[in-house]
Amino acid sequence: MAAAALEVLATGPLATVQDTGRPGHAGLGVGRSGAADARSHALANRLLANPVHAATLEVTFGGLRVRARGTLTVAVTGAPCPLTVNGHGAALNSVLTLADGAELVMGTPATGLRSYLAVRGGIDVPPVLGSRSTDTLAQLGPERPAPGTLLPVGAPPERFPVTDFAPVAAIEGLELDLRVVPGPRDDWFTPEAVGTLLSAAYEVTSRSDRVGARLLGPALTRRVHQELPSEGMVAGSLQVPPDGDPVLFLADHPVTGGYPVIAVVVAADVSRAAQARPGSRLRFHR
Amino acid sequence: MRILNCGDTGVLVEVADLDQVLALQAALAEEPPPGVSEAVPAARTVLLRLEPGADPAAVASSVRALRPSPGHRPDSGEIEIPVHYDGEDLADIAAHTGLSRNEVVSAHTAALWTVAFCGFAPGFGYLVGDDPRLHVPRRAEARTRVPAGSVALAGEFTGVYPRSSPGGWQLLGRTDARIWDLDRDPPGLLRPGTRVRFIAA
Repeated sequence: MAAAALEVLATGPLATVQDTGRPGHAGLGVGRSGAADARSHALANRLLANPVHAATLEVTFGGLRVRARGTLTVAVTGAPCPLTVNGHGAALNSVLTLADGAELVMGTPATGLRSYLAVRGGIDVPPVLGSRSTDTLAQLGPERPAPGTLLPVGAPPERFPVTDFAPVAAIEGLELDLRVVPGPRDDWFTPEAVGTLLSAAYEVTSRSDRVGARLLGPALTRRVHQELPSEGMVAGSLQVPPDGDPVLFLADHPVTGGYPVIAVVVAADVSRAAQARPGSRLRFHR
Repeated sequence: MRILNCGDTGVLVEVADLDQVLALQAALAEEPPPGVSEAVPAARTVLLRLEPGADPAAVASSVRALRPSPGHRPDSGEIEIPVHYDGEDLADIAAHTGLSRNEVVSAHTAALWTVAFCGFAPGFGYLVGDDPRLHVPRRAEARTRVPAGSVALAGEFTGVYPRSSPGGWQLLGRTDARIWDLDRDPPGLLRPGTRVRFIAA
C-alpha cells in the first residue's frame, strides 16, 4: 500500500504547513512562526489525539481541495468554512474519516480568516530547525503546498480520539475586542495617542498577512521623533511606523523592529486577532 | 537599567549602550532568571521572552537583582573567518577612515570582534570591535543584491551576509565560510557572544 498522504489539488489564496513554531532561535534572528491561530491548531490536533506540535495545514480564506491517499482521519477547525467530503456536507470541529481517494473541499469561510486541517499522525514533511512551520518572512521551513504537492502523513499516535466533536467558542464576526498592555514604548507617543488607541476602532486592511494585520484608524501621534534602535518584538505587538497606522504582529513577525510599539495584545487574544479578516474592526482595551 | 512592559509574554530591558547590552547578556547567561525561555539582544535592549504562565513582574525583579559588570561580554567561543579583502567599497572605506586600503585590512584583521546581537536576517550577526577608526556610515544607496559571504562595515559594526539579500553596508570583502547552514547545529556561525578574528585569505 502506498504511504498515507494528502494530495493537494487546490490551495485557495494561501495554505501553509504550520505547527507550534520554532522557539529557541530568536538570538540567531529566527522568529517563532507557527500557526497564526494557535488555539484552533491545538484544537484540531486534540480532536485527533495528536500531540499539539503535530503539523497541520493552515488555510487562509478557504479554497483548499485535497485528496486522501490511504484512509485518513482528519479534523477541520478555525474559520468556519463550508466543508464537503466527496460532495457531502461535513462538520467542523469533529473527527472525520476520509476513505482512500476521498476528496475534501473547503469553501470560503462565513467569518474568520484561517482554517486548520489536521490529519491523525500529523503532516510529516521534514522539519527545519525543529519545526515544520513555514516562516513566510524569513523564508524558512517547508515550501508552500501547490496543486500536485503530496504531503506525507506521519504514523498515528498511540492514543485514540476520545470525542467526536468539540464545542468551541465561535470565531467572531467583524467586531473584535482585544486586551492590551500599554508599552513598551507608549512614552514615545503623546498622552492622547494611548487614549485614542483604547477608544477608537481600527480596521484590518487587505495588506495583512502572517507577519501582521495592518490597521487603519485614527493616527497615533508620536511625541519622541528620534530613531528607535531596533529591538526585540513579540507576537501581539502594535508597532507604529512613521505613517501612524499600526501593525498588529502575528506569527511571522520580524524578530526585531525599528519602530516603537505602543501596546501589546495579550497572548490569549493573539489567536483571536489572527482570525480578523480584512474589514474587521478591532477595539483595544486594558 | 529600565524595565519596560511587553505584554504578558515578554520583558524588555533597556540599557544605555551596547557595552551594557553585552554585560547584561553575560549576567543573564550566568544567572538565567526563572521563567525566561529565550533572550533577544539588540542595540540598546535585551528582550526576555517568557515561558507560558511566567509572571513578567517576577522576571522583572530577578533582572533588577542582576549586577552586570561593565566590560563583561557573553562567551560563545572564538572562531576565525578567512576573508578575501577585495570588496567593492574598499576604496570608499579607506576614504572615510583616512586609512590606506592596506591599513583598513590590517585594522579589520587586528581587531577582536564580538557578536553583540543578530537580526535583519537569520544568522546575520552585528559584530562590535575595539577599533573606532573602522566606524563608517552606511552607503548612501543600498544595493538591491549583496552576495552571500560578503563581509561589510556599517556604523560601529562589521557583519557577514549569511545569504544574498539587499543591503546598504560597505563591502570590505568576502568569505567562503558557511555563515548559515541549516544542516548544522546551531545553524548560525555567528551567535551573540561569539568572538571573531578575521584573517586575510
